[in-house]
Amino acid sequence: MSTAKNDHPDTHIDALYHEVPINTGGETIHAKRAPGLFRTLKWYGSSIWLIFFLGPYLRWDGKQAVMFDIPGRQFHIFDITILPQDVWMLALVLLFFALLLAAVTSIAGRVFCGYFCFQTAWTDVFTWLEEKLEGPPLQRRKLDQAPWTSKKIRIKVIKHAIWILIGLLTGISFTLWFGDAPTMWKEYLTLQAPLFAWVTVGTFTFFTYVFAGFMREQVCFWLCPYARLQGIMYDCETILPTYDDRRGEPRGKLKKNVDENNQKLGDCIECKQCVAVCPTGIDIRDGQQEGCITCGLCIDACDVIMDKIKRPRGLIRYASLDEMEGRPQPTILKRPRVLVYFGIILFSIAGIIYGLNTLGALELKVLHERQPLFVLQSDGSIQNKYVLKILNKTDTVMQVNVSATGHPDLKLVGAEEPLDLPNGRVSPYTVYVRIPNAKLTQDTLPIYFRVQDVTTPEHAVEYKSMFFSPKK
Amino acid sequence: MSDKKTNQVGDTGHVWDDNLRELLNEPPRWWMISFYASIAWVLVYFLLYPSIPLINSHTKGIMGWTAINEYKEDLSKIEQVRAPWENKLKGMSAAAILADSDLTNYTISSAKVLFGDRCAACHGAGGAGNPGFPVLADDDWLFGGSVESIQESIAGGRQGMMPGYASQISATEIDELANFVMALSQGNGDSQPAGKALFDSSGCSGCHGADGAGMHMMGSANLTDGIWRFSSQDQLESVKYTIANGVNTGEDTARNAIMPSFENQLSAGDITKLAVFVHQLGGGQ
Repeated sequence: MSTAKNDHPDTHIDALYHEVPINTGGETIHAKRAPGLFRTLKWYGSSIWLIFFLGPYLRWDGKQAVMFDIPGRQFHIFDITILPQDVWMLALVLLFFALLLAAVTSIAGRVFCGYFCFQTAWTDVFTWLEEKLEGPPLQRRKLDQAPWTSKKIRIKVIKHAIWILIGLLTGISFTLWFGDAPTMWKEYLTLQAPLFAWVTVGTFTFFTYVFAGFMREQVCFWLCPYARLQGIMYDCETILPTYDDRRGEPRGKLKKNVDENNQKLGDCIECKQCVAVCPTGIDIRDGQQEGCITCGLCIDACDVIMDKIKRPRGLIRYASLDEMEGRPQPTILKRPRVLVYFGIILFSIAGIIYGLNTLGALELKVLHERQPLFVLQSDGSIQNKYVLKILNKTDTVMQVNVSATGHPDLKLVGAEEPLDLPNGRVSPYTVYVRIPNAKLTQDTLPIYFRVQDVTTPEHAVEYKSMFFSPKK
Repeated sequence: MSDKKTNQVGDTGHVWDDNLRELLNEPPRWWMISFYASIAWVLVYFLLYPSIPLINSHTKGIMGWTAINEYKEDLSKIEQVRAPWENKLKGMSAAAILADSDLTNYTISSAKVLFGDRCAACHGAGGAGNPGFPVLADDDWLFGGSVESIQESIAGGRQGMMPGYASQISATEIDELANFVMALSQGNGDSQPAGKALFDSSGCSGCHGADGAGMHMMGSANLTDGIWRFSSQDQLESVKYTIANGVNTGEDTARNAIMPSFENQLSAGDITKLAVFVHQLGGGQ
């Protein structure tokens, strides 16, 4: 870097800052709201979050339909009860969502960010309220700069109160998934809820209020890992909201009474509507950039203008880089990346379906006593001690028969009568296996325990353990 | 941006190495806020908790918090969890506990520590036994394997007695006797008629029984099974030694086999729990 000596380093950095204006939160973005296809899609996407608010009130067989009972270590999803022993399926659920994100992103960009993400969805609702209370962007900017009058104070207090209320409702709704909803509401309203619930609600309220009310696009820019992650999942075949610069450039103001053809200008009339509506405050005409959450609101805004000036829509549209460059675009099914993603998604779905179908009614673990490994009995037989840990996953009390195989002269002691298994928990039972020492030919012998429901013999499990005896 | 500012900031007038000036930059506001907040925190903390050491004592703090109280509170919480079980167990006999599988499981879990503290040193973890100390996990009991007998053994201790025969019979006779006992343990005592005759004539059968199966009343060992009270690599030598020197005779050469009494060391409830625990080790009858 011999030439760097002469240059002042600051000028380089300043030049970079001028090139792409970076919003560090110094100025609140007041985005214009314009109707259109993508605006509607965004509402539909956000409305999926109604499940988050309404889900806890769903009832099923007189119980809460979906409940994550952490103290009881049980997840209830409609008829299904998932115990910690089955939680391996959670890994597949996470895999499913991770790959779904990857697949969708590689096909159509940050669909998650633009239409569904809680950060952008909540921000959208917050700014919608802001518009209802304070008016359109221009008025909002004026109000922000205006001196504090009683009217301004009234508007601001109402706005922040509603924001905090939404935050509170968000926090409470979150906690309702982990307990019985009506009971928890009663506890909240009578201020009897446990401290942990209050802390959770407080944390959610605070971060909803701060993130959706104040930090907004800065969360996407500076905090969110998925924003960074998804950017690297794009390729030339990913369709993204793109400004068609071949059609648009050179841009210029549309002048009345001037022959259009003589102007030699592109279709972009520099109305800056695409910038005005952008929730992250970027200019899509600068090309694809990290701030773009691909919500498509600039497409709506531009299409309205194109209709007005009687030019074809789609100056900004969902298009891939290949399309812009005029290269052929392969269909989705011919893109290996997408196929691999969907392959893994199918694998995880298959795994979850398999898991749910084979949840089973019983689970058995056998612990072999190690102190002592074996004991010589007075009748000359060798005795091994085992603890059977039997989990009854059904919701009724069960009676089971226990048997053991592995040696012709084996005798199982301690489980002569059927054992009682209370539902939903692990019951430990101690049993002994005796084999005459004279009949044993090796130090260790595999032993198979079988536990079978008395009334429903299909409910059965087997577990392999070992039988130890003195050195032969 | 901030680089430009530095040029306008004054300095202390201290300059090192020609151009290193010490600037009068103010610390960032967030830093100052946390600085004052931590001072406030210290004051509050000093007020609430024990903090300043005095000559003989220390300030107690408004909350009256002490580490030992916190420990005691935690302990009482654990006891609260145990209380419903412990209340049920109060005054229950060992046999009644064994009849209830939940109570038995609780008792086993809770007696594990007691067994580790009081019993495992001699009897081994899990009752696996040690050289010179009986295995508790098998079904061979000197004084009986019912839970009542076990409870009695723990409470009162046990001390069997066997006289030494070195002064009464000859070394050859001891050998013959030992050979008979060894054969007996393998189920063919009849193969040693000389030893068998000695067994009857020397008074062995008085304690060990005519068939050699032992008596729980006296704590005499069962000689017909493969389990040895004093086991050794060379079992024949071990048997000869026991016959010659006896058990608990008071002589220095005699075998020592004393189980101490725990009546005065443990509560009756703890002894009951231990009896259940030992009974469930694998050999209870």
